[in-house]
Amino acid sequence: MKNNFLSFVKKESLHILRDKRTMLIVMLIPVVLMVLFGFAISTEVNNVNVAVVAPDRTDSVRDAVNRLATNEYFTFKGYISPEEIDSKLRSGEVSAVVCFASDFDRRVVQISAGVPSTPVTQLIVDAANVNTAGVATAYMQGVLLGTASQQSMFETRMLFNPQMKSAYNFVPGLMGLIFILVCAMMTSVSIVREKEVGTMEVLLVSPVRPVKIIFAKMIPYFAISCIVLTLILLLARYLLDVPMTGGVSGIVALSLLYLVLSLSLGLFVSTIATTQVAALLISAMVMMLPMLMLSGMLFPIENMPKFFQWVSCIIPARWFIDATRKMMIQGVSISVVWQDVAILSAMTVVLITVSLKKFNDKLE
Amino acid sequence: MNDIIISVRELTKCFGDFTAVNRISFDVRRGEIFGFLGANGAGKTTAMRMLCGLSYPTSGSGTVAGYDVMREGEQIKRHIGYMSQRFSLYNDLTVEENINLFAGIYGLSKAETEERTTELLERLNFSSERKTLVGSLPLGWKQKLSFAIATIHRPEVVFLDEPTGGVDPVTRRQFWEMIYEAAAGGTTIFVTTHYMDEAEYCSRVSIMVDGEVRALDTPARLKQQFVVESMDEVFRTLARGAQRGE
Repeated sequence: MKNNFLSFVKKESLHILRDKRTMLIVMLIPVVLMVLFGFAISTEVNNVNVAVVAPDRTDSVRDAVNRLATNEYFTFKGYISPEEIDSKLRSGEVSAVVCFASDFDRRVVQISAGVPSTPVTQLIVDAANVNTAGVATAYMQGVLLGTASQQSMFETRMLFNPQMKSAYNFVPGLMGLIFILVCAMMTSVSIVREKEVGTMEVLLVSPVRPVKIIFAKMIPYFAISCIVLTLILLLARYLLDVPMTGGVSGIVALSLLYLVLSLSLGLFVSTIATTQVAALLISAMVMMLPMLMLSGMLFPIENMPKFFQWVSCIIPARWFIDATRKMMIQGVSISVVWQDVAILSAMTVVLITVSLKKFNDKLE
Repeated sequence: MNDIIISVRELTKCFGDFTAVNRISFDVRRGEIFGFLGANGAGKTTAMRMLCGLSYPTSGSGTVAGYDVMREGEQIKRHIGYMSQRFSLYNDLTVEENINLFAGIYGLSKAETEERTTELLERLNFSSERKTLVGSLPLGWKQKLSFAIATIHRPEVVFLDEPTGGVDPVTRRQFWEMIYEAAAGGTTIFVTTHYMDEAEYCSRVSIMVDGEVRALDTPARLKQQFVVESMDEVFRTLARGAQRGE
């Protein structure tokens, strides 16, 4: 009865191919999201407007200002008087003001000589946007520090992502999101649709084993997801310049595992939901939202309250994103992230077992 | 050759405390059109699901096309056809693709499929619609196609679950002509319906009330027995005593 399995796969493929709009969305979503997250939305801080208050413009002050002005993260907005600081910040004309002490040179010499002294430079930062303020302060300190003390206490080196590109961080997260979207949501809706329309009943009366019906449904979605995966990896590599020094094969292997997991998640949803709308809602609200919030894609898991840290453990995307990040950016091989792989595999097995059991029970 | 195609003895199905089907017994003869009537909730669907191998009986015994409903559900599925009240073809596939799918499900070879497809389309006068999406066909046509596809593997018994719901009288009439044709060809038809005029078309009719078969005979004799003019009255007389509501 191999014949009937193939007829099913063919039928499912036809369903998908006929539905041009959905196909287009599935193919476009990854591209749009990648471009959006890669270029438009970024947590990097660029073009911070900075004004400078310097009563005494000595060479070393000019030198420091010069370094600020030539830095790509800052835009130098000119010298202002101390009275203007408040109004400039309030009007939003500048986001930060650097004030040099009038006896800047003399005090720098003192500090270098080890004589205790009051601060020589003041940074006044508009902290209305906490994120920008924090990052800008850190950058400015870095840029200015060279002047204040020649021998800094720390030498910082950013490994793996020296330019701190946020795109690197988003690509694994996006992959986690998109596969859930394509695999879980689409399979669950497609299975539930058959229940809703009544065709499932006819299939169940036929001699085809229910397991076959389910697997035949998964195959075309798996194929589509593989195309999407290729698309994402190509975009990540050539458009966003994600390094992937650890080799693509490990990333692909991990992604395939995650695909199967997402498919079984979809199957699981389909055993719970009885209408297409319910399936969509479950996929969107119960799966996507926690995934976005708790997977570590947007917010670091370490910063969450303990409770949510625990919750995040049952979110498959957390482990996938963690492992993909390591492999894509740090360039480690798949054997290093064996723990994530083991957890993902275990989740897959559990989900498939539970949903197949539930699916068969429903028939009774 | 055995003349009895469906034989049921004391068949019972319980869901927890609720007895949906209570010890029903009957025989269906080969080539007959067996009407299976009952109000909503009387247990017809449950009974039918057991006969189709979709659900295991709690107790009792039965055979369909010579296979045991307890143990040989998979074999039964191979030898029956099924068409439900809800239209059961795929709207986004063409007429031909739908036929191919079900031919594939029942394991017909390519040559057989091609031959039966041509024959089926000619019989229905559908030859020009081969590549048409089923979704764009009128409901009556879909219904006929649905029946034709349900019998594509030449099953010995076809189960029709309220096949003519929501169809206009002319189409219903045409549909019943198809049923007669199939029955004349030796296929046994097991049909549930809400339309009492359709009950008159059946060779024999059983009426279920509260999970039990309360009456079983030819329409003519049932009318005689209850001393009424129509099947509708027979049905109402029996249904009046029902304990279970809708």
